Amino acid sequence: LSRDTVDETTWEEVEDILIGADLGTGPSLELVDRLRARLAGEGRSDVRTVLREELVRAVDPTLDRSLAVTASTDPTTGAHRPAVVLVVGVNGVGKTTTVGKLARVLVAQDKDVVLGAADTFRAAAAEQLTTWGERVGVPTVRSETEGADPAAVAYDAVKAGVELEADVVLVDTAGRLQNKRDLMDELGKVKRVVERHGPVDEVLLVLDATTGQNGLMQARVFSEAVAVTGIVLTKLDGTAKGGIVVAVQRELGVPVKLVGLGEGADDLAPFEPEQFVDALLD
Amino acid sequence: MFASLSDRLTTTFKTLRGKGRLSPADVDATVRQIRLALLDADVSLPVVRAFTAAVRERALGDEVNGALNPGQQVVKIVNEELVTILGGESRRLRLAKNPPTVIMLAGLQGAGKTTLAGKLGYWLKQQGHAPVLVACDLQRPNAVTQLQVNGERAGVAVFAPEPGNGVGDPVDVARRGVEHARARGYDVVVVDTAGRLGVDADLMQQASDIRDAVQPDEVLFVLDAMIGQSAVDTAKQFDEGVSLTGVVMTKLDGDARGGAALSVVTVTGSPILFASTGEKLTDFEVFHPDRMAGRILDM
Ligand SMILES: Nc1nc2c(ncn2[C@@H]2O[C@H](COP(=O)(O)OP(=O)(O)OP(=O)(O)O)[C@@H](O)[C@H]2O)c(=O)[nH]1
Ligand SMILES: Nc1nc2c(ncn2[C@@H]2O[C@H](COP(=O)(O)OP(=O)(O)OP(=O)(O)O)[C@@H](O)[C@H]2O)c(=O)[nH]1
Ligand SMILES: [K+]
Ligand SMILES: [Mg+2]
Ligand SMILES: [Mg+2]
Repeated sequence: LSRDTVDETTWEEVEDILIGADLGTGPSLELVDRLRARLAGEGRSDVRTVLREELVRAVDPTLDRSLAVTASTDPTTGAHRPAVVLVVGVNGVGKTTTVGKLARVLVAQDKDVVLGAADTFRAAAAEQLTTWGERVGVPTVRSETEGADPAAVAYDAVKAGVELEADVVLVDTAGRLQNKRDLMDELGKVKRVVERHGPVDEVLLVLDATTGQNGLMQARVFSEAVAVTGIVLTKLDGTAKGGIVVAVQRELGVPVKLVGLGEGADDLAPFEPEQFVDALLD
Repeated sequence: MFASLSDRLTTTFKTLRGKGRLSPADVDATVRQIRLALLDADVSLPVVRAFTAAVRERALGDEVNGALNPGQQVVKIVNEELVTILGGESRRLRLAKNPPTVIMLAGLQGAGKTTLAGKLGYWLKQQGHAPVLVACDLQRPNAVTQLQVNGERAGVAVFAPEPGNGVGDPVDVARRGVEHARARGYDVVVVDTAGRLGVDADLMQQASDIRDAVQPDEVLFVLDAMIGQSAVDTAKQFDEGVSLTGVVMTKLDGDARGGAALSVVTVTGSPILFASTGEKLTDFEVFHPDRMAGRILDM
């Protein structure tokens, strides 16, 4: 990408980089068109610089990526209200691990955290979350009955958070594919039941960086079901670039807030647009 | 979400009918549409490149030129080529002459290995085998418990001598698992391993050590149907690390096109043996290349 004159091979290389990073054909071709126009218009040939600029702009460094994790007081009753975070996504993307890591971050900020094991379906899901709770030193609310109502467990977790005057309640949910109507309805119910305690502050959709074009579908359907407020992009420690989030952010208007960089408790970081773009072009 | 190849080509060929032979521009437009359709289905770039080069000639020869509906003819050819690649070496599970047969599962984090272990155990039992599942993921929190629960649900024995959560040596457990099977008369051993990244040299070495310790008859690469462009590198890394013998596609009950199927078969030369189609034990079937081709092309 460092040639003086920009030939067709270079444009193909650019297109390949973008498509290879899972940006998708539509967005990649659009971006290449815009680049071509800009370089021609400005009489420039430094493709890489302008490509980086355009990508950073597409990822939008101006978005507010902070998490709503501050406890409040109920305006009518005056009761203590912990911030409630619901973590959702398809199977195996890293929801439970993210809840564990996020709890670690919050504990490091001196917050009192309660975990809710609303995955009552998958084998040993509640045990997995409880292990994370023990690892980072926070209590986990779970049901002892296999197949218990996930909405009831989520409700109980927030109730415990209110009683313990916790700052944040993190609710882990079962993985579900977005084309399963009944499971998406179930997730909607979990959220509505939790809302009896007051509004849910964050709904984090976990997307696996290895995910291809289906990621956009996931984002759409989960957003319709539970109004996603932020994306967590996991498994960025591998070779996958997670380019699908560019289209996801644009379509949903919801920012990527956190990235997962490994399986350990400390492997969660804020999303940095410039770093993300540099890794994408690497 | 994306236009199917059929729709794309209908648009491409709209002006063609009655015009006679395909012009060089028609040829390029056709190949471009095939390329885009495959990329939208998550087939990896290098694989798309090789595939379109291979179908180019056939898709533009007389069988298309003479066709009443050239668009449909191209779709048919692409579909046939996909089925050939996806099913080229279709075969059954390889069983050892001297039991126990050892099946090792490997793949990225969260792909569906532990779930598959339960399904395979259940399926093998239905086939009259006496399988045992071996818990070699001693890393992910409660992976051992998860396998034990799956084994219990499937009515299949689980060998889990170490508690996991960071305690125990997976290579040693794998070796002991095979000894255990031999001593107790289990004829198939399914080795569940921890999820790992292809780029994680230490963990790939560990996987390779597990393989060396148990000399598996099958090393199955468990692959999430939702994976995108990284499928090709990942598959190569696992193939280099543990010498894959077969592939299992998971989460095919979703609506991802699953183009990674083509990528992985192309770069590893290993056939896809099974499809995992849900979270329940019975959501498991023999892989159908024709269904997969239709799915990739959205037909
Ligand atoms: N390399 C890497 N692995 C991760 C990351 N986040 C999670 N994992 C691993 O991915 C696998 C799945 O993680 P889970 O947290 O169980 O995923 P989940 O979404 O809760 O899965 P289900 O509840 O079964 O849908 C585990 O092996 C995790 O250790 C990450 O950022 N990087
Ligand atoms: N819908 C659907 N979910 C599946 C399928 N196979 C596995 N899962 C789910 O995917 C998630 C991850 O499955 P696991 O079996 O834990 O995956 P794994 O590869 O063992 O994960 P690690 O051990 O953490 O690397 C779980 O929620 C499973 O229930 C499938 O075919 N369809
Ligand atoms: K990655
Ligand atoms: Mg989970
Ligand atoms: Mg597992």
